[in-house]
Amino acid sequence: MNDSHTSHDGTSHGSHKSYTVGLILSIALTLAAFGVVMLGKFSILATAITVIVTAVVQVLVQLILFMHLEFRTQQGRESGGFFVFTAVIIGLIVGGSLWIMHHLRLNLM
Amino acid sequence: MATDTIKQHDAHAHDGHEHHDAGAMKIFGFWIYLMSDLVIFGTLFATFGVLANATAGGPTSQEIFELPFVLVETFLLLISSFTFGLAVLAQNAGDRGAVLKWLAVTFLLGFGFVAMEVYEFHNLIAEGYGPDRSAFLSAFFTLVGTHGLHVTFGLIWIAIMFFQISKRGLDSVTKPRMLCLSLFWHFLDIVWICVFSFVYLIGAM
Amino acid sequence: MFGKLSLDSIPYHEPIIMVTAAVIGIVGALIVGLITYYRKWGYLWSEWITSIDHKKIGVMYFLVALVMLIRGFADAIMMRTQQAIAAGGAEGYLPPEHYDQIFTAHGVIMIFFVAMPMVIGLMNLVVPLQIGARDVAFPFMNNLSFWLFAVGVILVNMSLVIGEFAKTGWLAYAPLSELKYSPGVGVDYWIWALQISGIGTTLTGINFFVTILKMRTKGMSLFRMPIFTWTALCTNVLIILSFPILTVTIALLTLDRYLGMHFFTNDMGGSQMMYVNLIWAWGHPEVYILILPAFGVFSEVIATFTKKRLFGYKTMVWATVVIAFLSFTVWLHHFFTMGAGADVNSFFGIATMIIAIPTGVKIFNWLFTMYRGRIQFTTPVLWTIGFIITFTLGGMTGVMLAVPGANFVLHNTLFVIAHFHNVIIGGVVFGMMAGFTYWFPKAFGFTLSEKWGKRSFWCWLIGFYVAFMPLYALSFFGAMRRMQSYEQTEWQPLMIVAWFGAVIIACGIACIVIQLVVSIRDREKNRDLTGDPWDGRTLEWSTSSPPPNYNFAYLPDVASIDSYWEMKQQPGGFKRELATKFEDIHMPRNTAEGPILSLFALLFGFALIWHIWWLAGLGAIGMFVTFMFRIFNNDTDYHVSAAEVEKTEREYHKRLEIQA
Repeated sequence: MNDSHTSHDGTSHGSHKSYTVGLILSIALTLAAFGVVMLGKFSILATAITVIVTAVVQVLVQLILFMHLEFRTQQGRESGGFFVFTAVIIGLIVGGSLWIMHHLRLNLM
Repeated sequence: MATDTIKQHDAHAHDGHEHHDAGAMKIFGFWIYLMSDLVIFGTLFATFGVLANATAGGPTSQEIFELPFVLVETFLLLISSFTFGLAVLAQNAGDRGAVLKWLAVTFLLGFGFVAMEVYEFHNLIAEGYGPDRSAFLSAFFTLVGTHGLHVTFGLIWIAIMFFQISKRGLDSVTKPRMLCLSLFWHFLDIVWICVFSFVYLIGAM
Repeated sequence: MFGKLSLDSIPYHEPIIMVTAAVIGIVGALIVGLITYYRKWGYLWSEWITSIDHKKIGVMYFLVALVMLIRGFADAIMMRTQQAIAAGGAEGYLPPEHYDQIFTAHGVIMIFFVAMPMVIGLMNLVVPLQIGARDVAFPFMNNLSFWLFAVGVILVNMSLVIGEFAKTGWLAYAPLSELKYSPGVGVDYWIWALQISGIGTTLTGINFFVTILKMRTKGMSLFRMPIFTWTALCTNVLIILSFPILTVTIALLTLDRYLGMHFFTNDMGGSQMMYVNLIWAWGHPEVYILILPAFGVFSEVIATFTKKRLFGYKTMVWATVVIAFLSFTVWLHHFFTMGAGADVNSFFGIATMIIAIPTGVKIFNWLFTMYRGRIQFTTPVLWTIGFIITFTLGGMTGVMLAVPGANFVLHNTLFVIAHFHNVIIGGVVFGMMAGFTYWFPKAFGFTLSEKWGKRSFWCWLIGFYVAFMPLYALSFFGAMRRMQSYEQTEWQPLMIVAWFGAVIIACGIACIVIQLVVSIRDREKNRDLTGDPWDGRTLEWSTSSPPPNYNFAYLPDVASIDSYWEMKQQPGGFKRELATKFEDIHMPRNTAEGPILSLFALLFGFALIWHIWWLAGLGAIGMFVTFMFRIFNNDTDYHVSAAEVEKTEREYHKRLEIQA
């Protein structure tokens, strides 16, 4: 297998720059979330939203810059599409479980 | 030898379709495996979410989480994800020495992460806050421990990869495996972001 | 030294078990003796056990499934017999602790070790042929999957003689399955049998998903794939995304039992309902994992035997995809009564009813395909028609159960039993039998006896209605499921009718066995020399029966749906011409690593069940070392030489000429 192969399989793109940018963004987002919680100066809701948003953004940053998730090539669409589908199903399972068990707790109280 | 067979095979225009993407197919298959692994973590997160307040008179998350300690763990893993990226770049450049160097750095960082986690677990258990203390602690130990176990397997894999690349170099067998391992390693960092945010940060609030 | 295992673990005092064990022992010794006498061990090892040929792996899956069908059915008829006699204070012949093991084993075996391997077996045999591929994406993994599955089968059967099986019902609901209430090894057998075979299933899912997406022959776009392949694709997606949930659920129960954690315990904050929630988050997709490929089989059968293209190919595909997605949104309907609020119940109730819509689309597609077709009433078609009627009925009782209000009355009654047997026998079993009859000649090169196939069908169909319609009625009188005995003597007549139905089904199973024996005896008369006994439409019929290990000497080009059929319709028809020039074909090599690794997995599982820690360590190390061997093994593939391909193809064409 030659190099041209590994470059069209959608997983070994990336350059020094993309990894560095990914690292810096990740550090910044981690510190932001950490700082907001440690300071403890904001309302619970605002803190929680910050943590959730920074987490989601950081996951996306790493998916795109480290794992090279993309939808431009055939391979990218297949693996990216399956990732999106998996994410939806996990959302259903996690969200559904929390919803169901929360209701159960309310009803049993 | 495997390289030869595949090249020879590519010469056959007619049935080339089937095997010439063997490396890409492995990586795709590994990606699909990662998705099923993601469901494993998703289910563990769901369980943790449901049981997070079931402390049964035991310690709550606010009482046992030490965020600065966990932040150091987070950075170790994050930087190791970056250094693995450098290993992949070195592989693309065909620089075997650099690949081995960055693999070794990644291994050390990952090892540091696991060591810190073991230390954290050890302390908790020593204080009487083991996984059998409450449902919350069961869920906490299992979610974080499953991630830690994955990282440990990743370390073993890195060691094997290091050995294999130093023995046979970068070829059609080792290169796809390196790419699979890189996906695995980045994947574990992404899972850790969720653990750090949803278990530790939210739990400590 | 041997953990909890001792000679007392063997239930000497249970005559039923001992007789069964003796029969298994004698039959097993007979088989081993025959293999040794005919010196077939080497052949078995090199041609089957270590084989990475998807066709052979498929055959092995199906064979194990048929054997386990007999085991699972033995459990069924024992339960029916018990309920037919244990009325009004009579205790019957099965004590509760034995009866409980039997209904647990029946459910576990029928779902995991009969229905699943039938589905996966057919997938193995058919999918690569239908997409014009020479093998699956990861042949070694395919072999490993089969052997891990076999480990599960072996563990379940071991529990019969060594120790006990779970007494918890097939899903081992916590907290009954927790150490406190099930201190024996029964639940541990359940855990490790399912965990190990479940990992095999997940690997299969990944393998076939990649195979279908990456190894289709030239020109076969997604919307030119045969419907069976489409349903297999959706089933694999479901396997990949739902089996990990089962893995986690069982693992958490394991942690509770082995390390004293509190996920599902009664005390220390554990949540038993979380167990039910998680197990059904897997369990509901699971039933679609089973039924979707059956839908695929019916689609192929109907199109072939009515000589028409399937009506509404695209709607069939989209209905399959929609069902696959919706199957993840309905799991709560298995536990409406647990006490979540009305809005939760109504959401899941409505989502469940919505699934009936794409399913209805499919039913109409099959009906419209038959409409004005020239239907040949072969055995697979009979199974299909029996399915359409029976499954529609079962689907409607399913919609009834989906109404939360009604469900509070019907929950845990025989209505549920009647409903899911209605869809699983009428859907999965009929589908798998149709597929078995339809693709048997492809695997073995001769057709099955139509006479015995039809007899089997009628026994199953009539037997099903006689056995399960009384259960619907009984449920309205208040009969619960899993009763070892009951007070109401007025239920007994219907219970006896149900028992009689089970006897008719037993005749149906006997007919399958006779069908196999008769067909093997008469195989020379029923040879399929062309490779296309049914005048088929899809690519698997374009190669010889059984196909050579490389499937196709040249990979076919595809230009439409049912392209093989279209080629046959061209002026002059499809000619099986011998190519003028042959090429080497690249194939994977057989491997012993799969069975050896699984052998260590068996030791590992068995040791953990009995708390023999050193042996578990040995098994784990053995698995790791075997896997390392695989990783460092560079000799995993070879070339079938052009000369050998030419020889095989010439023989095939000689057979064709003889027939012409």
